[in-house]
Amino acid sequence: MGLSRRQRLRLVRGGIYAATVAALVLILLAVDWGALGGALFKWEIVKDQFPDILTNALRNTVIFTIFGFAGGLSLGLLLAVMRLSSVKPYRWFAATYIEVLRGIPLLVTLLILGFGIPIATGWQWPNPYIQGSVPLALVAGAYIAETVRAGIEAVPRGQMEAARSLGMSYTRAMTTIIIPQAFRIIVPPLTNEFVLLIKDTSLISVLGVTASTLDLARFGRNGVNDTANATPLVVAGLVYLALTIPLTQLAAWMERRSKAGRR
Amino acid sequence: MSEQLVRIEALHKRFGSNHVLRGIDLSVTKGEVVCIIGPSGSGKSTLLRCVNMLETPSDGKVFVDGVELTDPDCDLDRARTSTGMVFQSFNLFAHMSVLDNITIALRKVLKQDRATAEAKAEKLLARVGLAEKATSYPAQLSGGQQQRVAIARALAMEPKVMLFDEATSALDPELVGDVLRVMRELAEEGMTMLVVTHEMDFARGVADRVVFMDGGVVVEDGHPDQVIGNPREERTKRFLANVRERD
Repeated sequence: MGLSRRQRLRLVRGGIYAATVAALVLILLAVDWGALGGALFKWEIVKDQFPDILTNALRNTVIFTIFGFAGGLSLGLLLAVMRLSSVKPYRWFAATYIEVLRGIPLLVTLLILGFGIPIATGWQWPNPYIQGSVPLALVAGAYIAETVRAGIEAVPRGQMEAARSLGMSYTRAMTTIIIPQAFRIIVPPLTNEFVLLIKDTSLISVLGVTASTLDLARFGRNGVNDTANATPLVVAGLVYLALTIPLTQLAAWMERRSKAGRR
Repeated sequence: MSEQLVRIEALHKRFGSNHVLRGIDLSVTKGEVVCIIGPSGSGKSTLLRCVNMLETPSDGKVFVDGVELTDPDCDLDRARTSTGMVFQSFNLFAHMSVLDNITIALRKVLKQDRATAEAKAEKLLARVGLAEKATSYPAQLSGGQQQRVAIARALAMEPKVMLFDEATSALDPELVGDVLRVMRELAEEGMTMLVVTHEMDFARGVADRVVFMDGGVVVEDGHPDQVIGNPREERTKRFLANVRERD
């Protein structure tokens, strides 16, 4: 054919666009939009979700997330410092902990800690918020530890040497010089950990919930049972997005800014 | 011998199978400026870093101001306050203002209150010609300015000895002069200094003694006019010839 390479590429690309548009039109025509809307986004049911989905379910999801993150961050910081310690048993403990907790699905950890421990020991969790948040924090800590470790390792070695040369102890240098700089580096990945944690709270309801401790996902599922319609789950999904999209956008913005700020 | 501020005895340093320092004996008396020259890889930076134990010697002893730093019972954090170190890459604390860079160790290590520490920092900043930069951050300064802040930071601790590890090697040529001027003034004020450098003019003009190192040993140690002007050893002659060729 008498077509140049560039002309052929343009032709192929035009074909792909045309096929995509054709597929979309087919879907638009083939789908019964009325029935789909009625099953996934029925306006009366949408209205029924409010205000409970916000005052109860969203509130609980936020509580689980914040407890889980606060606990996970403290634990992650401790584990990261242990992982980098010159004391071998600390390193071994931290490495084992991180491997084990990251290697087991959160669902399994939740069940072992939430149900297994009470069955094995007779000890009862004092309240459902603690029962849900503690396993979440223990797992989040393992992931956050690796993020924090990467942050600490990204601080140039000379910072530690300068601090030590001024007579600071290792601990003092870590807390006043290294960790503050590491945190600037890891704020974007930590924000992403936070987003993952928001979504992970949806698993907590396997431990059983009362009407007052429902999280967003469980609230949606209960709604489906009550209405025989999928709309409550779709609404719950939208509420998750209202939480997560601003946060991921914030993380992306911070990442861009820190890249631009680096000389 | 009580006026020896730094004494290094039979010092060895190995990194794995790499034997970097092969038995160094060196002492520096109070008020003396000693420049260490030598090809890269000769161990001169490692030697300097052993003086404040940033590198742990494999064998041998290091004394600073009468304290043996190589003694396992030595409180290194405390002992390090008698040496001040200036690094090739400045190593200013990136998340702190110039003022905080200088005061942080005064406040956290020497437990001085903020007002005292800041008054001292401002005096030192004026001395290195950067009084107006107190609130700037390291990234906003030129390399030469950063290095002068680093010198002020080290001086704030009132060390007995200043260690300079190729303090001008990372600087653009036009910025070297400002840093060397500060170092020269320091020497004239009687500061005891151990300087690893490639600046032969500085070594010749300022040093009381020049030490030439190669292959982990001290090859030649003497007055600058002798070591640089009229070296005895073949290796020293070859090194100096190479340096002159580069200039």
